[in-house]
Amino acid sequence: MTEATEQKVPLTHAINIEELGRPETSAVEDDADIALKVTDLNLYYAEKQALKNINLEIPRKRVTAFIGPSGCGKSTLLRCFNRMNDLVDNVRIEGLITLDGEDIHNKSINVAELRRRVGMVFQKPNPFPKSIYENVAYGLRILGVKDKRQIDERVENALRGAALWDEVKDRLQDNALGLSGGQQQRLVIARAIAVEPEVLLLDEPASALDPLSTLKIEELIYELKDKYTIVIVTHNMQQAARVSDYTAFLYMGELVEHGDTKTLFTNPRRKETEDYITGRYG
Amino acid sequence: MRQHTVKWLKSGDPWIWLNAGAVSISLIMVLGLLLLILVRGMGYFWPSDVLDAKYRQANGEVIRLIGEIDSKEIIPAANARDNGYDIKGEEELVRYLMKVGNRDVYGNDFKLVLKIFLTDITYPEDLIAVERREWGNAYGYLKAVKENGKVVAEGKAAQQELAARIERAVVLFKQIRDIQKHDIGAINYQLERLRLKKRRLELDGVKDPAPYAAIEKQRQAIQKEYEQHRKQMAVLSERIRRDSMQIETMTGQMVEIPLQKVVRAYYPNAMGVWGKLGFYVSKLWEFVSDEPREANTEGGIFPAIFGTVLMVMIMSVIVTPLGVVAAVYLREYAKQGLVIRLIRIAVNNLAGVPSIVYGVFGLGFFVYFLGGNIDALFFPEAQPAPTFGTPGILWSSLTLALLTLPVVIVATEEGLARIPRAVREGSLALGASKLETLWRIVLPMASPAMMTGLILAVARAAGEVAPLMLVGVVKMAPTLPLDGNFPYLHVERKFMHLGFHIYDVGFQSPNVEAARPLVYATSLLLILVIVVLNLAAIHIRNNLREKYRSLEH
Repeated sequence: MTEATEQKVPLTHAINIEELGRPETSAVEDDADIALKVTDLNLYYAEKQALKNINLEIPRKRVTAFIGPSGCGKSTLLRCFNRMNDLVDNVRIEGLITLDGEDIHNKSINVAELRRRVGMVFQKPNPFPKSIYENVAYGLRILGVKDKRQIDERVENALRGAALWDEVKDRLQDNALGLSGGQQQRLVIARAIAVEPEVLLLDEPASALDPLSTLKIEELIYELKDKYTIVIVTHNMQQAARVSDYTAFLYMGELVEHGDTKTLFTNPRRKETEDYITGRYG
Repeated sequence: MRQHTVKWLKSGDPWIWLNAGAVSISLIMVLGLLLLILVRGMGYFWPSDVLDAKYRQANGEVIRLIGEIDSKEIIPAANARDNGYDIKGEEELVRYLMKVGNRDVYGNDFKLVLKIFLTDITYPEDLIAVERREWGNAYGYLKAVKENGKVVAEGKAAQQELAARIERAVVLFKQIRDIQKHDIGAINYQLERLRLKKRRLELDGVKDPAPYAAIEKQRQAIQKEYEQHRKQMAVLSERIRRDSMQIETMTGQMVEIPLQKVVRAYYPNAMGVWGKLGFYVSKLWEFVSDEPREANTEGGIFPAIFGTVLMVMIMSVIVTPLGVVAAVYLREYAKQGLVIRLIRIAVNNLAGVPSIVYGVFGLGFFVYFLGGNIDALFFPEAQPAPTFGTPGILWSSLTLALLTLPVVIVATEEGLARIPRAVREGSLALGASKLETLWRIVLPMASPAMMTGLILAVARAAGEVAPLMLVGVVKMAPTLPLDGNFPYLHVERKFMHLGFHIYDVGFQSPNVEAARPLVYATSLLLILVIVVLNLAAIHIRNNLREKYRSLEH
């Protein structure tokens, strides 16, 4: 983080104090529309338990941030939502995760369809070694879209949506690996939104980027939340404070605290949270 | 001083010198090998001067010698004395191997002569060298050109007359060969197919006379066509027999050479550098484009080049998909465990099995078992003559595919392992299935590695000879495995191969002295073929690499 980006956001301590006293029965407002709901989730890598008894609700068209020290399980939790953990050997999941009330581990759920509905962006930009256009069109082609005009249109919309169109519109056929890191990450976001998912999972999307690119990604997240439910993993607390509406703090595989971002950062209920956000450990 | 040495050792310089030295020695060895082959092989086509000299033999008799000096060596004088030569004083002697040609007259192409007994050496410009289709070269003086046994030109005028008439004979010869090879070859092929068709009907117990009549009708039509060609051939043969030339050999004997047996006649001593260069180029072209003559010791080696390239291509077509599929299974689908580890070890060890063992396996399994069963099932009409149950190019390609399979598997597996996990996850996260990810992302990205495997496989396969001798290579194949007769590619046919050609010419040839330079020339060509095949593959690989540059930050 540079000074420039930090200055944009008031430091967490400065947030107004009135809200502090609000009773916290549920982490999320009662009237919120819930997209993803996690109930009693336990996850084991072989014998090691990585997630312990997680209960969490993720509201629709809001940004939820997962924070916590390295190895606390925030990425693991994120990867449960699109079942990316299925790819890991010896992983065992207990508990219930629902997307729009549907159990995502149900046998009738098609994993490919689930992953289309729950898009994901990874820590390091991972464009395919294809042209910019083909990168964005990839998901559409997988879906079986054949019509060239329809693909053109959706590629353009996705690239506009990811605030990349103006930079690449003249070189759509160039190799995507020729883009800068920040552009690649936005391309990957465009690729994810081209298939029109409901949920967008961002796994430390800016951690490999320079400050300016980070800023652009954060602005993008702000714009995207009108259309998508966003879950973002970050180890950068300022970032979480800047972009998210809700924040969940995980520690040692447990969900320590989950709530309104402002509240969590200004008036954490648990001591561990306070210690972490004030930088006493982490 | 000692401290200085210690410091030098510690600086790492000795290692650099050692490594650089090893690289240089390797390079020098490779270059030396290439240079030797190049010089020995390429010198063969250069027309050397033909000398006319007097030579005193061991028994004191003086004879006349005409020929080219092939090579020279130094022998101890005692050796020569043992052979009856009367030599005094000398310790060492220079001995020439002289190619005197005219095998039909003297029974021997070469003669060993001692330099000191060669006298009156001249290089007369009118000495003629005649390259023949049989009996090797002839050297001598052109005396006359004859037409139907009557002299039409003598002396100086004969030279021009001869050139024109040889040209005519060569053209006629080509026409005859074309008719023989293409037209009559095709007719024979059709006749054989009709015979098999009829036999098939008989075997199937068909009683209806209609199909037999149809075949007979076709056969007669083809027979008629054949008669036509035969007549045409007879006319051409009559015409080509018309001329002949008469030369005087070194023994003063008059030898008559029919022009239909002459490939070319030239006057080496009268040729300037440019003349020789032109001759050299035409010989070189003949070498790569023509068919072998005289038990492979003369002429070209085109069928061997063709056979080698075709075999390698068929092998590539077989080994690539097989190796890639196996590697994909081992790396992507199989559960990594003890069994897979064992399989992997077995695959790697396959690469170490001596190639002749593959040949034996190919003979036993492919040729006798597979081929035999294919014959029994699909070609009963040809029995007892085998169709696939005999060595052929398909079995050779399959055997070599087996031999090179480990290389392709290992290279592909490594390529698959190098593809970043992030890229696969990116595809899967977009809702692509494992197969779609594999097909659209992983395999294209691994294609350079597959090409690397193929390059190694090609290099190994093109140079392999031992197993081929068991499963399909022959000294002389009458027809190429690819021709104008349906189905064009005849994978059951035997073929010629450069590697085997080297072995055959070098060790099995009736005329080893004449063939030795050919061994070098063929080796050079084999290396060139492998280099060209490899360069083509490397070019493709580099293009793929450029296209599928993976994430390297």
